Amino acid sequence: MPEDKLTQLDPAYVTVMRIQAVLTAIPFVIGALVGEIGGMLMSGAFLVPVVLVAVFLILMVPLRRFNARGYDMADDRLRVVRGLLFRSDTVVPFSRVQHIDVEQGPLERAFGIARLVLHTAGTHNASVTLPGLAYDDAAAMREAIRAHVKRETM
Amino acid sequence: MNDTAAEIEAAGEAAGPGWQRTHPLAIVASGLRGLQQSILPIVAVMFGSRSMDNAAWIVPLFAGGIIAINLAVAWLTWRRVRYCVGANDIRVEKGLISRSARAVPYERIQDVSLEQKPIPRLLGLVEVRFETGAGGKDELQLAYVSKDEGERLRDVVRDLRDGVADGVAAGVADGGQDIATGAAGEAGPSGQSERSKQLFAMGPRRLLLLGLFEFSLIAIAVLGGAAQQLDFLLPFNLWDVGEWQHLVSGPGAWLMRLGWAAQIVGMAIAIAVLGVVGLGTGVLRTFLRDWDFRLDQTPKGFRRRRGLLTKTDVVMPAHRVQAITVGTGLLRRVWGWHSLSFVSLAQDAKSANHVVAPLAQLEEIAPIAEAAHFTLPAADADWHRPSRKYRLDKALMGAIPAALAGSAALVFIPSVLPGLALFGLAGFIIAQQHFLWLHERHALDARQIISRRGWLVPRLQIANRVKLHSVEIAQGPISRRRGYADLKFGLAGGSFAFHGLSIAEAQAMRAAVLDSIASVDFSRLPR
Repeated sequence: MPEDKLTQLDPAYVTVMRIQAVLTAIPFVIGALVGEIGGMLMSGAFLVPVVLVAVFLILMVPLRRFNARGYDMADDRLRVVRGLLFRSDTVVPFSRVQHIDVEQGPLERAFGIARLVLHTAGTHNASVTLPGLAYDDAAAMREAIRAHVKRETM
Repeated sequence: MNDTAAEIEAAGEAAGPGWQRTHPLAIVASGLRGLQQSILPIVAVMFGSRSMDNAAWIVPLFAGGIIAINLAVAWLTWRRVRYCVGANDIRVEKGLISRSARAVPYERIQDVSLEQKPIPRLLGLVEVRFETGAGGKDELQLAYVSKDEGERLRDVVRDLRDGVADGVAAGVADGGQDIATGAAGEAGPSGQSERSKQLFAMGPRRLLLLGLFEFSLIAIAVLGGAAQQLDFLLPFNLWDVGEWQHLVSGPGAWLMRLGWAAQIVGMAIAIAVLGVVGLGTGVLRTFLRDWDFRLDQTPKGFRRRRGLLTKTDVVMPAHRVQAITVGTGLLRRVWGWHSLSFVSLAQDAKSANHVVAPLAQLEEIAPIAEAAHFTLPAADADWHRPSRKYRLDKALMGAIPAALAGSAALVFIPSVLPGLALFGLAGFIIAQQHFLWLHERHALDARQIISRRGWLVPRLQIANRVKLHSVEIAQGPISRRRGYADLKFGLAGGSFAFHGLSIAEAQAMRAAVLDSIASVDFSRLPR
């Protein structure tokens, strides 16, 4: 695959994914701590694996995921590549875009990044999401695509 | 019509010009429909009253009460339903307590179907359904209007949508009904039938054949279910083995004495009965559904009429057909029988596709496909098969676990049979993948993408390249190592994918398809 042509996402996306991973991991670590204090197993048998997995999920996975993702904006189509284990490489021609969303969650807003969502009329890939764009880029891409969507639909 | 308009005004509702009510007989139709649901309570009361002394008067009172309540509810509901054919959209407001007002722009209406269930049919009423692709219950529907009004609505909506009659649209906006009715007169059934052409029809003999192929044991299941539900009506306890033994002990013992020959005969009779019931159910269901099946090509699109008791009349614009599927069955393919359905955003009774030819030879299907601007693949089509590695991986992934389980069974289970069966399964999976390697194909021609999949019941799917919405190359962990991928197409109203293509081929196909998609803007697709 011509990976070299892909544009990288905004580096802040790694931070956002890491924070999300931390938020997901916290309950499990707390649970492991409780188990540790309860002393049902020998010390460390619970906490060490949980912390190791959590560190892997927080430090490594977001970076790998970031490296696996990318997009390529051509004159008349957008290509979105994503996936670590299950790779998917989707191309949406602008002429088939029904409408466009730029979405931001609270965390994303704090780091100034956004998700671009393209909606098509197809049943498969009815909406194609490109996360981790700098907000200004996302807005600019939306304008560019909108210029192609000549006729407003819906 | 004028009366109802006057009534709306009398009722103090905001009745702008063009607001209309459904047909007054709809009260009777929906009242009767409600009554069907209350038959069980009535029966229950009749049963209950048997145990009461001189309570015979309760039954008619109760039944009368239920009928009156049903009619009252139907009348109230009817009073609160109204619709309006506007300049840009059709609006329906309904709801007794919570009102819902729905407006659907003509542009978004995929097709308009008229359905006649038995009771409304007796009363000359139809249910109009405006299909938008929202699917199922979310569709805009209007129950019930008179048959003429239904056909008029359909024509008006279609004309307005196609933009044929911009003047008429404006007229409806300020003038009300008269102009729209006039337009319907021009493009009404009389004018339409002259230009329409019959594409496909099924006579009783073809229907009978189809019914025989649609062998179904659903009647047995229904009987079993009914026996469980209604066992209190039977004179003995169905589920008590002891009682059965008692019942059978007379003739049963006699049967036992006759020996194994009689038992085999009995078995044969049982199988024959099952066969007759299955065939009968198939024929009955097919006759009910597909009686007088007709497919016409009209200037407005394809028109399909079918049904014995419940008649349906669906019109689909030709350009809304996104893809076609040619299916077949285990037995019927031996004689070359196929079925043809159209994939569109609108939904048919139960499936997402519209069956347009339930049982036909390929020579009959080709002209129908042609009319929808699809071409069946020629004998010399440029067929490709999935990557050899894909088939090998599929075979191994199925066969290795089965073989492992088989070995384990041979070691740990005293009987040999389960182990052998599992090895047999492994062999079967390999043979199946080999068969698929020989037969599954896909092709790309100048206008279409074509796929042929399945081993016992192969299915041919054809989609128009221009009508696709996105193309995705998808790979899992194994396919990434082995260098093949699935090519998935975004098709409106269905799914379409080529599996296990080599990466190079997948990319080449995607590039080719994308170029034909991007060259035509969505809004300029033939509408």
